[in-house]
Amino acid sequence: MTAQSYREAPGPYFGDFGGRWIPESLVEALDELAETFAKAKADPDFVAEYQRLSRDYTGRPSLLTEATRFAAEAGSARIFLKREDLNHTGSHKINNALGQALIAQRLGKTRLIAETGAGQHGVATATAAALLGMECVVYMGAEDTRRQALNVARMNLLGAEVVPVEHGSQTLSDAINEALRDWVASVDTTHYVLGTVAGPHPFPEMVRWFHQVIGDEAREQILDAVGRLPEAVVACVGGGSNAIGLFHGFLDDPGVGLYGYEAGGEGLESGRHAAAITLRRSGMLHGARSFLMQDDDGQTIESHSISAGLDYPSVGPEHAHLAQAGRVTYEPVTDAEAMRAFEALCRTEGIIPAIESAHALAGAVRLSAQWGEAASDRVIVVSLSGRGDKDVGTAAKWFDLLPPDEDSQAPSTGVQA
Amino acid sequence: MSRTAAAIDRATAAGRAAFIGYLPAGYPDKEQSIAAAVALAEHGADVIEIGIPYSDPVMDGPVIQQATTEVLARGFRIAEVFEIVQAVVEATDAAVLVMTYYNIIDRMGPDEFARRLAAAGGAGAITPDLIPDEAAEWIAAAEAHDLDRVFLSAPTSSPERVAMIAEASRGFVYGVSLMGVTGTRDAVSDAAVQVVEASKAAGAARVCVGLGVSSRSHVEEISRYADGVIVGTVLVAALRDGGPEAVGRTAAQLTGR
Repeated sequence: MTAQSYREAPGPYFGDFGGRWIPESLVEALDELAETFAKAKADPDFVAEYQRLSRDYTGRPSLLTEATRFAAEAGSARIFLKREDLNHTGSHKINNALGQALIAQRLGKTRLIAETGAGQHGVATATAAALLGMECVVYMGAEDTRRQALNVARMNLLGAEVVPVEHGSQTLSDAINEALRDWVASVDTTHYVLGTVAGPHPFPEMVRWFHQVIGDEAREQILDAVGRLPEAVVACVGGGSNAIGLFHGFLDDPGVGLYGYEAGGEGLESGRHAAAITLRRSGMLHGARSFLMQDDDGQTIESHSISAGLDYPSVGPEHAHLAQAGRVTYEPVTDAEAMRAFEALCRTEGIIPAIESAHALAGAVRLSAQWGEAASDRVIVVSLSGRGDKDVGTAAKWFDLLPPDEDSQAPSTGVQA
Repeated sequence: MSRTAAAIDRATAAGRAAFIGYLPAGYPDKEQSIAAAVALAEHGADVIEIGIPYSDPVMDGPVIQQATTEVLARGFRIAEVFEIVQAVVEATDAAVLVMTYYNIIDRMGPDEFARRLAAAGGAGAITPDLIPDEAAEWIAAAEAHDLDRVFLSAPTSSPERVAMIAEASRGFVYGVSLMGVTGTRDAVSDAAVQVVEASKAAGAARVCVGLGVSSRSHVEEISRYADGVIVGTVLVAALRDGGPEAVGRTAAQLTGR
């Protein structure tokens, strides 16, 4: 094919990836979901309602902000930030949570369940449930509920029940397993709001559709700002929802380079990372065939990242396809590189990014360095997928900003005059 | 010829439903898992399912999850499954199936997996997260090595899907008695009888019912309309609490023999 369109890939398969690797008990619900979603996106009333909520509740369109001082310090190309951090609830996740909650209403379902790692998707789903008057249960690894106690409280305040998952590694992967177990038993009344572009068909296609607005807006905004398309568009990739949303606006612009940055953790050689695409081992997890961190027996290998949102051993199947087709370049960014970019953005722009998004920032700096002299004439759009308030504790520890444990008074949390 | 079907047919000829018991491979260790499977066969199991421990068992409830997590934590490798299957086949007359999530088969390669399973004397595999829509490679491999492949049919499966499942299965169709995961339940769901009837109507020669089956009365009830009864969690709990002998005692209670 000469004029191949990547934009219109519908699922269930993306090249060799995707499909449905799930218990038979879920097939009927997934068929019903696929059909309802297909009708909804073709229904002007549904689209209008989704757009109204996106505008009046989420705060879309999100801004495109040029990061002049950040770029100058890095000696890099012009960098524009797609500000998903400014959305209600602080990340891109709300796009999908609201969209799926509306779909759930169309399905006549009254209960939403979701998995969450750090809590961003859980908070977004709890928010959508509160807004639409639905019951909400969020599965969260027990380890994560301890690390993210404030996000648990936040979900509770929004009326959601948070169920700590005590099995396995007690993190995101186990939370997804537990949500799937709930769903097998409750599909009559319950919709599973999967938080990323993974899972069985139609989730990868549907979640992408709700995030496409990121790329559509960004394309228009960068054309307005610089009068042409950028040389590169970059995003972090865990499951890959913010990345697919942003990339989608540019997939069929062959002159635009697309770059996804996975969590390199402590470095590939350490084994402690979450760079599933870089490893290129195909397998099925949580309902889709994709690239998957697994051992020679097919057992999933636990992932590691300083960023809970990227700490996932697989990736959405469309990313696996885009990697294999060579349309998108994926590389790992280590914890240390991400934290350098995190610190730099805080200091130069007055924006505290999510540590997830800091991986994309680090990628932009790296890309610029590879361009050398040519960089100064070039333009990069970076997905700032979320704000970093949730990460201040992690950052404070990383940069050693906390008083030493032994003689610490309880740190003041009160408002200072 | 399907060895699983033959085992079920022997039970039918004896005027009863086949009894099918599940135990996880390598739990609590290799020797005891073999001893438990042998005890199961000696106390009435016609078919034995050896479950392959997997890191992400979405169809399993807490009891089986806990057992398989323990097995994985002690460094279990897949090669052990074939040794266990071979030992059980040599020591019993039961048909021995493995039950496995599909990524295990995919990683080894369907043909290599089927070859090794057949070489160990295994009768075939039950694949709880593989639907016939995605199963072309596995069916071809199972066919090439003369192995049974058991697919699941659910209370929500449409008539078209039930027909596809019946067509794709060899050995028997696994009728899922309820919407949920493995574990004990107080009663057998009303859905079970309909799952069996739908599968039979679609042409399935043998339909066995599992999920939540945990007492003698459940076994009796299901035996009235199904070709076989599948029990897992109560056997795993017995093994956990009382070792291989307790598995034999529990099997005897469940079969009433």
